[in-house]
Amino acid sequence: MTVMEQRGAYRPTPPPAWQPRTDPAPLLPDALPHRVLGTEAAAQVDPGLLRRLYAELVRGRRYNAQATALTKQGRLAVYPSSTGQEACEVAAALVLEERDWLFPSYRDTLAAVARGLDPVQALTLLRGDWHTGYDPHEHRIAPLCTPLATQLPHAVGLAHAARLKSDDVVALALVGDGGTSEGDFHEALNFAAVWQAPVVFLVQNNGFAISVPLAKQTAAPSLAHKAVGYGMPGRLVDGNDAAAVHEVLSDAVRHARAGGGPTLVEAVTYRMEAHTNADDATRYRGDSEVETWRAHDPIALLEHELTERGLLDDDGIREAREAAEIMAADLRARMNQDPVLDPMDLFAHVYAEPTPQLREQEALLRAELAAEAESEGTAR
Amino acid sequence: MTTVALKPATMAQALTRALRDAMAADPTVHVMGEDVGTLGGVFRVTDGLAKEFGEDRCTDTPLAEAGILGTAVGMAMYGLRPVVEMQFDAFAYPAFEQLISHVARMRNRTRGAMPLPITIRVPYGGGIGGVEHHSDSSEAYYMATPGLHVVTPATVADAYGLLRAAIASDDPVVFLEPKRLYWSKDSWNPDEPTAVDPIGRAVVRRPGHSATLITYGPSVPVCLEAAEAARAEGWDLEVVDLRSLVPFDDETVAASVRRTGRAVVVHEAGGYGGPGGEIAARVTERCFHHLEAPVLRVAGFDIPYPPPMLERHHLPGVDRILDAVGRLQWEADS
Ligand SMILES: Cc1ncc(C[n+]2csc(CCOP(=O)(O)OP(=O)(O)O)c2C)c(N)n1
Repeated sequence: MTVMEQRGAYRPTPPPAWQPRTDPAPLLPDALPHRVLGTEAAAQVDPGLLRRLYAELVRGRRYNAQATALTKQGRLAVYPSSTGQEACEVAAALVLEERDWLFPSYRDTLAAVARGLDPVQALTLLRGDWHTGYDPHEHRIAPLCTPLATQLPHAVGLAHAARLKSDDVVALALVGDGGTSEGDFHEALNFAAVWQAPVVFLVQNNGFAISVPLAKQTAAPSLAHKAVGYGMPGRLVDGNDAAAVHEVLSDAVRHARAGGGPTLVEAVTYRMEAHTNADDATRYRGDSEVETWRAHDPIALLEHELTERGLLDDDGIREAREAAEIMAADLRARMNQDPVLDPMDLFAHVYAEPTPQLREQEALLRAELAAEAESEGTAR
Repeated sequence: MTTVALKPATMAQALTRALRDAMAADPTVHVMGEDVGTLGGVFRVTDGLAKEFGEDRCTDTPLAEAGILGTAVGMAMYGLRPVVEMQFDAFAYPAFEQLISHVARMRNRTRGAMPLPITIRVPYGGGIGGVEHHSDSSEAYYMATPGLHVVTPATVADAYGLLRAAIASDDPVVFLEPKRLYWSKDSWNPDEPTAVDPIGRAVVRRPGHSATLITYGPSVPVCLEAAEAARAEGWDLEVVDLRSLVPFDDETVAASVRRTGRAVVVHEAGGYGGPGGEIAARVTERCFHHLEAPVLRVAGFDIPYPPPMLERHHLPGVDRILDAVGRLQWEADS
């Protein structure tokens, strides 16, 4: 029975004549995360896609390393690395068509870059020169969102609006495991299911919300199980298996585009680095856990699959790494330039027309800047 | 010259008319909220819209204020103009996160690339005998948030004009509807609504020369009543209706106070940290040398909104306003 049919059938009746609504089984996630790499299913995957995923993973890891290095040089205020989670980031970007929208959280710089955003523009928020360094319409990437889960209802609203306009646009929203405890997560999923909005929610369950482990975040059997109560399918996937994440997300996007409504996907992955460069992960987790996950590294998994099947050789690996180095060098060079800021921008984008009060404050700042320039001029 | 047939109309009817006209004029205008469809809203402001424009354009949402406003953000990102209804003042609070963290600042954070033309209608204020959580005056919270416009009508004509302006605005507008004025009638021509005023202009509702009452929304009729009563004392009070709290019309307000030399700010919201403090400061900064007395405030008490059987003691009424006017230290014949 489809979700829509179930919806039509649902009429609360008073006890004792209560009938259970329907069998929720079709909505339930599998007990174990879906895997492709290392299984027979891998042979069915387009080799071109696997190679593309590989190149993006290698580039993504290098990006994370470079951005983290930039925090040490004081070029970035902070960087929440997605090292270990690259398969989710890259797959999220690659399953979308150009007309679709991505709704990232603060950790998802990589997804934005994999979707085509300029690596420097993607870091504006974290560098501190402006909150969003790009026009969201250009690549259809909403601003990197810092308050947890608040971007999820935006994704639902946008997907709903697109459907009202008969555009076959899908929105994909990213959220962390901690974010699933927020009220906005619930409201977004509920709206999405009631409206049958073409939206896909991808939870990157990386084990921790800063220091708090998943067990203290939820008592649910899995985060994907949460979907059932809203009346949408929940899917569980190995978040380090790029082919599996790509497949599950592709299915969900196709389903949404065809009018089937939303899906909740939980990708089980691990955050290899600390929450951000400012965090001390040794306070809340042991090395052995980290090492277990290191053995399940998303790049190694894919590299193994590709080399085993003769789809990648040493030259191919070197090529991917060289491309990543070129990206990193360019990022480094451009991030080492001081951004040119215009303080008058402070007032430029508060309202379409500044209020009289803002005009007065603008005049004050302009006068202060002029006085500053003059005194600097005389001092020299 | 054609004479316009003026008929009595209520503020609620004018608001409905404004929504209907806006929806008819612009297919991107969408009304959404709790019970706004079949029921027409608990105050019937959205009455008939679902029938006329379909449920896709006047939508009963799930019962979730953050979800309503949060999805409206996404809809606005995709080119729609959502008009959301918060059922009552105190029930808008769950949506504050979306309002403050996203609605108010999306234009700013995207350097103007992503304006959000969302109108947030909030029935507010007391005086209708509502139980707890149905009478809050929450305007100070909204005023304190850069990026939002905050407007509140006091007349039937303004209800229409300001709501049309709010919906047409490319910025988010918190549209505060004084619920005790919903059923107040004015002579108005519903077939030929009055001009749409730009947001940000105050009006002198009643000219006078002894002192200025600066007020807005539900307190405007109270101030007009006080001004009438004051005539017996030989006081000729000017009443300024702000209409817009953000942006603030310093010019109209300061011009009035410079003329009269005395001012009282009147509102229902609590006085401490309330709008009156801001307004009094602005007036003092601009009119100090014209002032014959300190700017006074007549506000609600600094208490959680009281139970209905006590609210009349809390709400600023004519007597309290006249007392304040008396404290402005009149010269013998003013
Ligand atoms: C509403 C809100 N509360 C608190 C924070 C502070 N904070 C930032 S990240 C974080 C943990 C989030 O964990 P999770 O959702 O699992 O995402 P992850 O960082 O693991 O990617 C917290 C508490 C925030 N950004 N927003």
